[in-house]
Amino acid sequence: MTSRPMHLAAHFPGVNNTTVWAEDAQTSPPPAGPGGRQIAFSSFTHLARTAERGLFDFFFLAEGLRLREHQGRIHDLDVVGRPESLTVLTALAATTERLGLAATVNATFNEPYELARRLATLDHLSAGRAAWNVVTSFDAFTGENFRRGGFLDRADRYTRAAEFVATARALWDAAAPDGAGQPVTHTGQHFGIEGRFGLPRSPQGHPVVIQAGDSPEGREFAAAAADVIFTRHGTLEAGRAFYTDVKDRLPAHGRRPEELKIMPGVTFVLGDTDAEAQENAVEIRRRQISPQNALYALEQIWGIDLSGHDPDGPLPEADPDVDSTFVQGRVKHGDPRQIAEKWRALSAEKGLSSRETVIEATGRQSFVGTPAAVAEQMISFVDRRAADGFILVPHLTPDGLDPFVDRVVPILQERGAFRTEYTGTTLRDHLGLPAPRPRTEAGRG
Amino acid sequence: MPEPHKPTTLHLAAALSAPGAPRPYTAADWTRRVRLAEDGALDFVTLTDAFGERGPDALQALTVTAPATARVGLVPAVTTTHTEPFHLQAAVATLDWVSGGRAGWLPAVSTTEAEARLFGRRPAAPAAALWHEAAEVAEAAGRLWDSWEDDAEIRDLATGRFVDRDKLHYADFTGRTFSVRGPSIVPRPPQGRPVVVADTASPHARDLAARHADVALVHAQGPAAARAAREELLARAEAAGRDPGTLRVLAVLTVDLGGGEYAAVPSHGGGGPRAGGAGSPAVYRGGPVDLAELVTAWHDTGAVDGFHFVPADPDRDLERLINGTVALLQHRGRFRTFYPGATLRDHLGLARPASRYAAARGADRSATTQGEPA
Ligand SMILES: Cc1cc2nc3c(=O)[nH]c(=O)nc-3n(C[C@H](O)[C@H](O)[C@H](O)COP(=O)(O)O)c2cc1C
Repeated sequence: MTSRPMHLAAHFPGVNNTTVWAEDAQTSPPPAGPGGRQIAFSSFTHLARTAERGLFDFFFLAEGLRLREHQGRIHDLDVVGRPESLTVLTALAATTERLGLAATVNATFNEPYELARRLATLDHLSAGRAAWNVVTSFDAFTGENFRRGGFLDRADRYTRAAEFVATARALWDAAAPDGAGQPVTHTGQHFGIEGRFGLPRSPQGHPVVIQAGDSPEGREFAAAAADVIFTRHGTLEAGRAFYTDVKDRLPAHGRRPEELKIMPGVTFVLGDTDAEAQENAVEIRRRQISPQNALYALEQIWGIDLSGHDPDGPLPEADPDVDSTFVQGRVKHGDPRQIAEKWRALSAEKGLSSRETVIEATGRQSFVGTPAAVAEQMISFVDRRAADGFILVPHLTPDGLDPFVDRVVPILQERGAFRTEYTGTTLRDHLGLPAPRPRTEAGRG
Repeated sequence: MPEPHKPTTLHLAAALSAPGAPRPYTAADWTRRVRLAEDGALDFVTLTDAFGERGPDALQALTVTAPATARVGLVPAVTTTHTEPFHLQAAVATLDWVSGGRAGWLPAVSTTEAEARLFGRRPAAPAAALWHEAAEVAEAAGRLWDSWEDDAEIRDLATGRFVDRDKLHYADFTGRTFSVRGPSIVPRPPQGRPVVVADTASPHARDLAARHADVALVHAQGPAAARAAREELLARAEAAGRDPGTLRVLAVLTVDLGGGEYAAVPSHGGGGPRAGGAGSPAVYRGGPVDLAELVTAWHDTGAVDGFHFVPADPDRDLERLINGTVALLQHRGRFRTFYPGATLRDHLGLARPASRYAAARGADRSATTQGEPA
């Protein structure tokens, strides 16, 4: 290989405005059976098989345990509704052969024994392809759907997640070939459990653990316990800073740099020429930010009702209400006042309307260009240590990944940057991860 | 005496494992068993589950077979004691989506201290309290399955709306031990509500069966007892405000077909399940042909709507059951030879329910219309 080997994953189009849902923007007819594109099993099979055709490392599902709300009402502008992750991945185990299957599952609203059992079951039924993206939550809004009800202190979400992962691994390590297993006892701050696991050791021993939090606590947790990080840092500079920060944390945990893969979530837009790709990118942004969605984006920052505001007029004159609570069920990024300030400057500089400002300021596509140019940019990210690979987020369900697999993957392969066949059978094999180390200390006594 | 309820056409189902039998861990092994049941055009297969016992998660073991099968219903046990009702209903709804409308749910509870210690969250509780909670979970699940109306997804370009939020509903269930706000994260599944199959082995499970089940499993040593159990359940369903025609009752019969074609237990002449002690499972030991006779005899006397067979040795008895007993019943015109419908509700002759919230909105609308001048 002339370049560092790249790892690729396919994200099922998200429950947010990245996913373009208008029928006239789609490239294939709606599913034949019941259900729209976002829920039909044929969509999941299509995307997973496309990823497997492209020899991807894994297929990835996000999770949201409560429908998003805006001003106390269910948000209605974006795609919404999804299957339960581990169940749909178990079905995909039957329609794919090599592709890793990664589920996002919240550590706050689950219990270690049950989740460890479900993940081990997926690992068995898929012959070693299971992965778990550990996310944390502390909001009471989501908690209203669960027995736990309330929420965790923000500071406790990662102590719970770390103890959760350690407990799950203790259960996986206690598995015996016949399923009887060693008894496990764990007593900690968040969990006190005792008993036998009930499953034989699964093909990977430990399903792959992915982490997707960005705070210092989140990074430290990843450095200590994760095999892969899913990050938002998708630009070269931010990616390099994040990469260095996280990899530098590994030695303190007795781990080598290659034991933790860093994979930013990225989008892509292709065209036959650079100009065409740029045009396509603008069109996609316009689709993603409808007039209604532009107002919604403003309301999220300003925290006030802007229903009468003209999306084609200037930005709101009022300042953001920083104590507003009317946006629920969504992770907040940054200080609203600073963001509003930046948007005002952008709007003034380029003479942009509200909608144009939102289009310009939010969620720009990561890689835009001809297939060769996109391949080049991705290789350079990996070579310059801004990433070990990428989690690709297509904007169309279910065939948004097809052009990438058809046109970019062959170039990555020609350049020696990406595999030309699966050399192993398990997800650990694809990711080049070492076999799980036997744990001597954690969770056993 | 009220008129007894006439049974429906024959319904047959089978468990894919038996208590204590080793359970496989590969997709191929589970798929082979489910395909066998589908070859026999059975209504559905079940798989029990309990934390701490050996074996994979039952819902996943059946889910992995869904893409490789086309018609047979898939009914895993999912326990309600140490699990989250919200996750449970989402998983069962997802099984309905990936199987094209073939999902069911067999509610189960975790009564032991050993199970409680695997979670460390609450101590073991008496069966009565746990089945009360299971019935609450069934109620909450039903509301969440209905929480998206069928046509909630609108993709309306003019208003920029993907969903009509008036067709998404809070479940707002509050029970003794949990509450759930909703709506579900999963759109309304193909069957509207997946099929609830309630095993009434525990007397505490009967209230759940009468109120929430589409299929009730009864344990009886003979047709008279089975008929009495069925009539009691249908009466309770009626008392709970249901149309008793929406509840199917199947007798559970453990079948041991290891003795060869005609070697029924001598004292029996193949005539019926061997009487055990009170509360012990009904066991049939004999050949597949005599089992077909038994099935016909019970169904003819109007005792039950059908049977749920538990193969004593799944690897051996499932095959003999399908290729022997079921084939004979089909040959005699007593059981379907193919699936005329697509969903598990179709097989059971049960209508797809409307969302309770859509129905409520419909009622509101007609009330307003009536009150307004034309
Ligand atoms: C790239 C990325 C993807 C995420 N995906 C999910 C998700 O699918 N579901 C979820 O509940 N949280 C998700 N999160 C939220 C994180 O789990 C976490 O709650 C959040 O980032 C706050 O933690 P932090 O303060 O460590 O960043 C994601 C976070 C990141 C950075």
